[in-house]
Amino acid sequence: MIEFLHALMNPDNAFLRLAFIVGTLASVPFGIMGTYVVTRRISYLAGAISHCVFGGIGMGLYLQNKVGLTWFDPMIGAVMAAIFAALIIGMVSLYAKQREDTVIGALWAVGMASGLLFVDITPGYFDLSSYLFGDILLISHQDVWMVAGLNVLVVSLSLFFYNRLLAVCFDEEFSALRGISVGAVYMLLLCLTALTVVLLVRVVGIVMVIALLTIPAAVASQFAKRLWQTMVLAVFFCVAFTWTGLGVSYNYSLSSGPTIIMIAGLTYLAVISFARLAGKRRG
Amino acid sequence: MQPGLCIILWAFFYACCLACNHTGSAIIGADFKKVFNMTKEYDIELDGVSFGYTRQPVLSNVRLQVERGEFASIVGPNGGGKTTLLKLMLGLLQPDTGSVNVLGVSPEKARLRVGYMPQYSHLDPQFPVTVMDVVLMGRLRKGAMLMYSKKDREAAMACLEEVQLAELANNLYSELSGGQRQRVLIARALCCQPDLLLLDEPTSNVDPDMQQSLFDMLQKLNKRMTILLVSHDLGFVSQVVRSVICVSREVVVHPTSELDGTLIKEIYGGDCRLVRHDHRCSEEGHCHD
Repeated sequence: MIEFLHALMNPDNAFLRLAFIVGTLASVPFGIMGTYVVTRRISYLAGAISHCVFGGIGMGLYLQNKVGLTWFDPMIGAVMAAIFAALIIGMVSLYAKQREDTVIGALWAVGMASGLLFVDITPGYFDLSSYLFGDILLISHQDVWMVAGLNVLVVSLSLFFYNRLLAVCFDEEFSALRGISVGAVYMLLLCLTALTVVLLVRVVGIVMVIALLTIPAAVASQFAKRLWQTMVLAVFFCVAFTWTGLGVSYNYSLSSGPTIIMIAGLTYLAVISFARLAGKRRG
Repeated sequence: MQPGLCIILWAFFYACCLACNHTGSAIIGADFKKVFNMTKEYDIELDGVSFGYTRQPVLSNVRLQVERGEFASIVGPNGGGKTTLLKLMLGLLQPDTGSVNVLGVSPEKARLRVGYMPQYSHLDPQFPVTVMDVVLMGRLRKGAMLMYSKKDREAAMACLEEVQLAELANNLYSELSGGQRQRVLIARALCCQPDLLLLDEPTSNVDPDMQQSLFDMLQKLNKRMTILLVSHDLGFVSQVVRSVICVSREVVVHPTSELDGTLIKEIYGGDCRLVRHDHRCSEEGHCHD
């Protein structure tokens, strides 16, 4: 641990500091949105959104390298694709209740496929694994600002609409009867989730996004009673997972994304096993 | 249900009244008044309403009027359209044909003055909310509202007291029993300060002891609001309500204000069982068993 702190202070390890800052900043929206995703049971939707993000990244690479729009960063493509996917998924889940899972599964794969095809037609070589599995070396100063900006947006909106989001997540029908535009609130929830997913892609990559979005909230829900308590705890767990994950991965020269997920997953397993055992003993 | 069967039903019903040496005229008279006295105020009016989720109609050509201050129950078989009827009244579903009026306006406009208790099984029991959180949802309204005010909390607490759950205000919703959850949802509906209360299956999962206090509570509430409830429990219905709305694709209303408990049970119990079953009546009519 001390070694890791020294490494953080080392001026040569600027990338590590950036990863550390981004991980910490992003933990706040992860915890908040993760709680909504877990309690509303839409982690499957979040998974589909994250895979559609790959389509956006592919498009970004294509526009940047082939078309020559140098300002079009893959991350801009990622944000656009995430919002677009969120809107489509929201429409599907609001208006086509019966085949929801099928449509979302299809979108999941199509998003991924479009990304790969974009990469195919883009000249040059790209290390796709950094997008798929996360790579802290990718994080730049620009990303820190982007994360900070999205952070402010997600936190302020989700807090401002807290009561309404809570009501809509708990009972859509009743919320509609209280004059709340349920569709709009649900879309807001999905769009905020989409933005959060884009942030996550930076840290753990597309494939493992759902894990870091849901595990902290799932662990937190074992301890917390109310929604906001779950959120606060989830943020703490998320910070803990990213910090230990980064530390361990630095010390043992492992990939940071999978290390973070592994630590989160093992913690979750331990917590639910313990809760189960404790419950049995009491019962 | 064929119109023929309807006529047989009514004939049987009328015959039953006469056979029991009970003046049928009181009932017919009440019905007569209902049809022709237009000065009466109706909280719910459905005219020629048909609805189907697919092409198969769930409700067809429903004509229904519920007076202000009424205490009525919707009974009928599973899949007969009881909840659908409630959702049409709430404007959560739009009728394919016909018109729905609630509290004199469209259901969408009336919504804020209607308290609704859904079947609790529709809600996620694992959701991390306290009883207070749930009841406070009844205070939601349009416009920016970051936090619930002290007034909101007091109102929610008063509603919880009304359903005798005040001491559980800070407990988790997921820790409650089925009957308690139902009462929490009733409190939430009351928290809307409604003029019309719609309850979907308030008697399921409630033990007999609690049923009695639920019954007392609803009767007290009925003094200040119209109540319409969906119920499977005909015993409960016959004790409490003043009229019975039988729903099985079509709707038949029975005003019951003048009748005593056992007779209501006999007639409407029998009557509704008839509607509920899929069996066909013989030409000669129907006999009790």
